[in-house]
Amino acid sequence: MSTETMAWPTARVASRPFVDRLHEWVTTVDHKQLGIMYILYALFFLVIGGIEATIIRIQLIRPNYDFVSPQLFNRLFTMHGTTMIFFVAMPIVFGFANYLVPLMIGARDMAFPRLNAFSFWMTAFGGLLLYFSLVGANGLYGAGNAPDVGWFAYAPLTSLAFSPGHSTDYWTLSILVSGFGSIGTAINILATIVCMRCPGMTLGKMPLLAWLNLVMSSMVLFVVSPLTAAQIMLLIDRFLGGHFFDSQAGGSAVLWMHFFWIFGHPEVYILVIPAFAFMSEIIPVFSRKVIFGYPIMVAATVGIGFLSMAVWAHHMFTIGMTSNANSFFVLSTMAVSIPTGIKIFNWLGTMWGGKIQFKTPMLFSIGFLFQFLIAGLTGIMLGAAPFDWQLAASYFLVAHFHYVIVGAILFALFAAFYYWYPKMSGKMYSETLGKWHFWLFTAGFHLTFDVMHIPGLLGMPRRIYTYEAGRGWEIWNLIVTIGVVFQAVGILVFVFNLVWSYFRGKPSGNDPWDAWTLEWSTSSPPPAYNFATIPTVRSRRPLWDLKHPDDPDWKYE
Amino acid sequence: MKSLKKSVSSCLAVFLWPVGRAFAGPAGPPLSPTNIFAPASTPADSVFGLSVFVLEVTAAIFAVVFSLLLYAVFKFRKKKGDDGREPPQVYGSLQVELAWTVIPVLIVVALFMATARVIASVQNAVAPKSAIEVTVIGHQFWWEYRYPGLHVVTANELHVPVSDPKHPTPTFLKLLSADTDHSFWVPRLAGKVDLIPAHPNSMWIDPHETGLYLGQCAQYCGTQHAKMLLRVYVQTRDEFERWIQEQRQPAQISDAVSKGRHIFETTACINCHAVAGTVANGRFGPDLTHLMSRDTIASGAVPNTPQNLRKWIQNPETFKPGCLMPSMQSTDQDVDAMTAYLETLR
Repeated sequence: MSTETMAWPTARVASRPFVDRLHEWVTTVDHKQLGIMYILYALFFLVIGGIEATIIRIQLIRPNYDFVSPQLFNRLFTMHGTTMIFFVAMPIVFGFANYLVPLMIGARDMAFPRLNAFSFWMTAFGGLLLYFSLVGANGLYGAGNAPDVGWFAYAPLTSLAFSPGHSTDYWTLSILVSGFGSIGTAINILATIVCMRCPGMTLGKMPLLAWLNLVMSSMVLFVVSPLTAAQIMLLIDRFLGGHFFDSQAGGSAVLWMHFFWIFGHPEVYILVIPAFAFMSEIIPVFSRKVIFGYPIMVAATVGIGFLSMAVWAHHMFTIGMTSNANSFFVLSTMAVSIPTGIKIFNWLGTMWGGKIQFKTPMLFSIGFLFQFLIAGLTGIMLGAAPFDWQLAASYFLVAHFHYVIVGAILFALFAAFYYWYPKMSGKMYSETLGKWHFWLFTAGFHLTFDVMHIPGLLGMPRRIYTYEAGRGWEIWNLIVTIGVVFQAVGILVFVFNLVWSYFRGKPSGNDPWDAWTLEWSTSSPPPAYNFATIPTVRSRRPLWDLKHPDDPDWKYE
Repeated sequence: MKSLKKSVSSCLAVFLWPVGRAFAGPAGPPLSPTNIFAPASTPADSVFGLSVFVLEVTAAIFAVVFSLLLYAVFKFRKKKGDDGREPPQVYGSLQVELAWTVIPVLIVVALFMATARVIASVQNAVAPKSAIEVTVIGHQFWWEYRYPGLHVVTANELHVPVSDPKHPTPTFLKLLSADTDHSFWVPRLAGKVDLIPAHPNSMWIDPHETGLYLGQCAQYCGTQHAKMLLRVYVQTRDEFERWIQEQRQPAQISDAVSKGRHIFETTACINCHAVAGTVANGRFGPDLTHLMSRDTIASGAVPNTPQNLRKWIQNPETFKPGCLMPSMQSTDQDVDAMTAYLETLR
């Protein structure tokens, strides 16, 4: 274990010309630089996706409003969904995995640094392709540019007959290309975790974050592949006269749904498992306690990984499956709640008897626990097929999955941002601004997404550019839109905090949280080679062992 | 179960009533004419019963876990004057883990059994002899209704008889699509079922009370998905029979509107629209034989008034931008004549 680092030539780096530094970033194969590029890229698209959401909400502020045309509205929700899932959530998750996994397992880089760079640039080009459709494509009949088939692009709306022009091609190509990037990164993370752990770090002594990213990467490998296959089939339909999804020539619209959701549902877990990973690192540190039930947490995660691949057709309860098929998917869906519940209880068990410090990362973590609980419970409602016949494709569903993706995943990501910001930048963020961000965003989140359940219960379907007056939906839509303002201000505070602290923040030191995993043993930011000497570990909390030589973890594990 | 339902609906009502009342139209039921918690037909009622059970279970789980979270956050926060020592490190407990595994398993089993029962009762119901059969065909962006046994074809406004529990006359819907995916969702009558091309589906409703039930397409189907509205008119048996008799008649056309008829039949209108008893037999658009018997046009988008009809013929984009009916660029006189003709199709 060495906390000593070679003199990192910061002065020289800062004085190099801009073009040189740009060249270094563009050609880098360093996992930390690629991680940060993934994250910045995702933040850029987060802002774009957020602006799209804001326009959607302005349009829905009152019935029969014409702030935007139906054509533009349809493009906006398609781009919002596609952007947020494929070009915000996925890259940000990969970014953190890239940055943290080698540091936490005591490695000097990922297993395949060049594949790593290749994967990032594929993902980046995917996002550019999607937005290039704005200048290069036409959409549905009578519509303009940009994809407008919805983020899950059900057949046969995507066929040439209903979607002439090239916007759907840009959509499918961007998913295809970024999918290659995702698969590459998944292989890389897997190989890194399996082969590059430091001496002493058996699988059972890995930090939970590494375990959870191992599960996440295996899932990416299994489920992004069918999605990629489906995109190729769609391209064959559109360009080579294939009929996979062309129902008028013997193809099947339902086939696309299966292909999409065998990816689409595990995708939620691909995003939420890294969120679990952040929680499993942050909650212990700010409760000052070791994670409760480490082996059970690992088992629960692996269980979720397997189960979540057997639930996809709960997105299809309304397509007319047999009662037996529906019942099967009800059972498998509800079964996922068991390992998920176990995880929540173990985090509570970790907090129990601790000394909880309400720093910004912990505030976001508590927000995560509360909101993930609610998201899980509305998930049970949607999982009960007959209830889903009413709730599917309604605003209740929209509220539910935003509860998962914003209330749980984004909150966990914010926690991770604040927790590892000192490590990545070497500077401490402003705690005051962090708390402002938390309270503003939490207020806005609940105003928007709690209330959004109600119009769904009152029969409002998703993806409608406007709605009739007199259905009791007006007031709820108004409140939902007002919540957006708070969220937007919260995000501005967050971005300001990141930028301002980078230039003006106090130096954070190597280990500002008095934490226990290996990344805190090296300098902030870490040198290119991470560790001057490769550490050797004896327990899951190597820094705890160092700090408490009289009471080390390895005696109890 | 009945009292439970009442208590839940009253809880919901307390929560939603004041605002809902202020904004709901005078004709609608308390909160919304599309409230899923105001079932008026057996499938919707079965779903509602299950919903109440699921809501109770999830509310109980929420209460327990939320209290634990709240307790932990307040009880175990770092106190002022803390000695700075680390709290005792607890690595886990198999007994506790077992407890919070077994209890959720039992809950899941209970939820699953309740759910599977309702799935079977709704999905596997067999049509009685007295059932009315209707074929629903989803189009971009309107609904076609065919009554195969009764030789009636109509559009956008579905008429069904009320179903008396003693002499049930449920309506069984066969769901087809002419183009993209759609979804038939009238929340007070039943959950939604999708209309998928080359994948016939079915559902059934047995409304207990007469009246107008609203809904709309619930699966994104293209540009005008939002204005693909559903209107189900539940009538007494007699009213329904009379409606069927009227709809079976071919169009009654007087010579007074022969100019409008001529224009209608010599422009592209008849490529898409049918008027029984005339040369117009297009099938891409709604059947217009009894257009004026309908309350709305453009799939429920606007009331069927002469002014609206005229505007619609002149340029459909005014009401439904992106709909598939083109403007024929007709002169004002031609539009007037066609409107006059269509107004005679009762």
